[in-house]
Amino acid sequence: MRVWKFGDDIDTDAIIPGRFLTTYDPKELAKHAFEGTRNEFLREARDGDIIVGGRNFGCGSSREHAPLALLGAGVKVVVVRSFARIFFRNAINVGVLPVVCKDAEKIADGVEVRVNLKAGYIESGGRQFTIEPAPEFMQGIIDAGWLVAYAKNLKEVPVCTRSQL
Amino acid sequence: MAPLDGAMIHDITGPLAVRKFYEMGGKKVFDPERVILLFDHQIPADSIEAAENHICLRKFAAEQKIHNYDINEGVCHQVVLEKGRAAPGEIIVGADSHTCMYGAVGAFATGIGSTDMGFALKSGALYFKVPETIQATVTGKFQRRVGAKDLILSIAADIGADGATYKAIEFTGKTISNLDMPGRMTCCNMAIEMGAKAGIVAPDKRTWEYMKGRRKMKPFDLESDPDAKSAEKRSYDVSGLEPQVAVPHNVDTGLAVSKLTGTHIDQVFIGSCTNGRFEDLKEAAEVLGRKKFSPKVRTIIIPASRDEYMKTLRAGLIEKFVKAGALVEAPCCGPCMGGAFGLIAPGEVSLSTSNRNFKGRQGSTEGKVYLSSPATAAASAIRGVITDPREV
Repeated sequence: MRVWKFGDDIDTDAIIPGRFLTTYDPKELAKHAFEGTRNEFLREARDGDIIVGGRNFGCGSSREHAPLALLGAGVKVVVVRSFARIFFRNAINVGVLPVVCKDAEKIADGVEVRVNLKAGYIESGGRQFTIEPAPEFMQGIIDAGWLVAYAKNLKEVPVCTRSQL
Repeated sequence: MAPLDGAMIHDITGPLAVRKFYEMGGKKVFDPERVILLFDHQIPADSIEAAENHICLRKFAAEQKIHNYDINEGVCHQVVLEKGRAAPGEIIVGADSHTCMYGAVGAFATGIGSTDMGFALKSGALYFKVPETIQATVTGKFQRRVGAKDLILSIAADIGADGATYKAIEFTGKTISNLDMPGRMTCCNMAIEMGAKAGIVAPDKRTWEYMKGRRKMKPFDLESDPDAKSAEKRSYDVSGLEPQVAVPHNVDTGLAVSKLTGTHIDQVFIGSCTNGRFEDLKEAAEVLGRKKFSPKVRTIIIPASRDEYMKTLRAGLIEKFVKAGALVEAPCCGPCMGGAFGLIAPGEVSLSTSNRNFKGRQGSTEGKVYLSSPATAAASAIRGVITDPREV
């Protein structure tokens, strides 16, 4: 699992540019992932590779094509300092695990890492960095096998009333 | 999970939402009258794939008995508001990040992805974390040719691209009370550019006036509880605010236009859900006066909706723009998302009244996008370089 290291404010236009959004097939999208901003990614990314980034990863457009493009490229885990809100939800909904690690910036590009979700750390070059657990509700969706499976299993949608909000 | 009053899908995010709806076992949408469906990003279809996406949604609309605005009405967020599909106190989701614009009428509205939308269409509800609030209090009177866009660019520069992540921004204060609805829309539209879940203005007389004829409902009081706690309070005085320009490649980079005057540009785009309303185009026309747009730049003007287009047409502004050398297109997103026409080549520079200037947003990743108000965009289109609208 090699690390593809990115900086702060990586927006969803960079992950998958607007002109490629006519399809939602992950494999097709992956052919254009980071096109123009990091072309070697689409050539060299391998199944199981990990993206590591800084603050506000996935900011901008709500396009779910962004996590889908990563999924198509074989990326199933994104470890960053912080996520933009919509990307975080989209990632969990489609099956890319978004992991928050305050020390993500200390992990170098191109290195091999091991993510131990159970123990809550990521290991790189003999060093261990703590990762934050997903919010409880989100963990439920992850455990169910992402949102489509979660929705299928849901017998009744627990809707609250206005006054409970 | 929170109950939803409305759910909006368009041609880019809709097809996947529809697929997820069926994958989740969806048979009938929660309420066809609460689903808003239209095409705006790639219209008229600019590729065979786009045309196929349109067919997919037309079929879904027919099957589900959802009213389909199709390619006829304009940019989704403008259409939702002007058709009265969002109202004070409602909870609305849209499969588009700028859905937060409906906060301009006092709705809680937020952008979601397609799988979330599939769930929303099926169940009429969605899971949320209740956001904390940043209260942005705005006071002071705008100088001539300075307005809502300059304000929101300066707020974005202050709060930062992720300063409001998972929070709601409440715009309040005397300046907001005096701000017209289009200006409030511009502000709420760009709340997402600070990572916010929602932007909101408490409904007041102007809001209820706007709702008249759009939605049958009696005005009611709706404002933050007096004892509500904000995560943060920020104050802004616009009295000395200069026209702002966000520089490539981030939105939170707003600078006074005076620091950028003379900057080379190749294309000017006046339009989008952020700044494509009649009032925006009127301001651009006022700056234009009897002058012409520079032949050195391509000036593209796109009203945000059919209604806004008709207002602009009736006021004689379309003819004025065309005579001055602009290209006026039918209502759609245009060059804003870089997925249809109006793309820029490597090395080219765009000045745009839209909401994002990310690398590659309007075409080549080796191009540059600056963001400004319609007044600054018009002044710059006249001179052919970035120009202070107060000098034209």
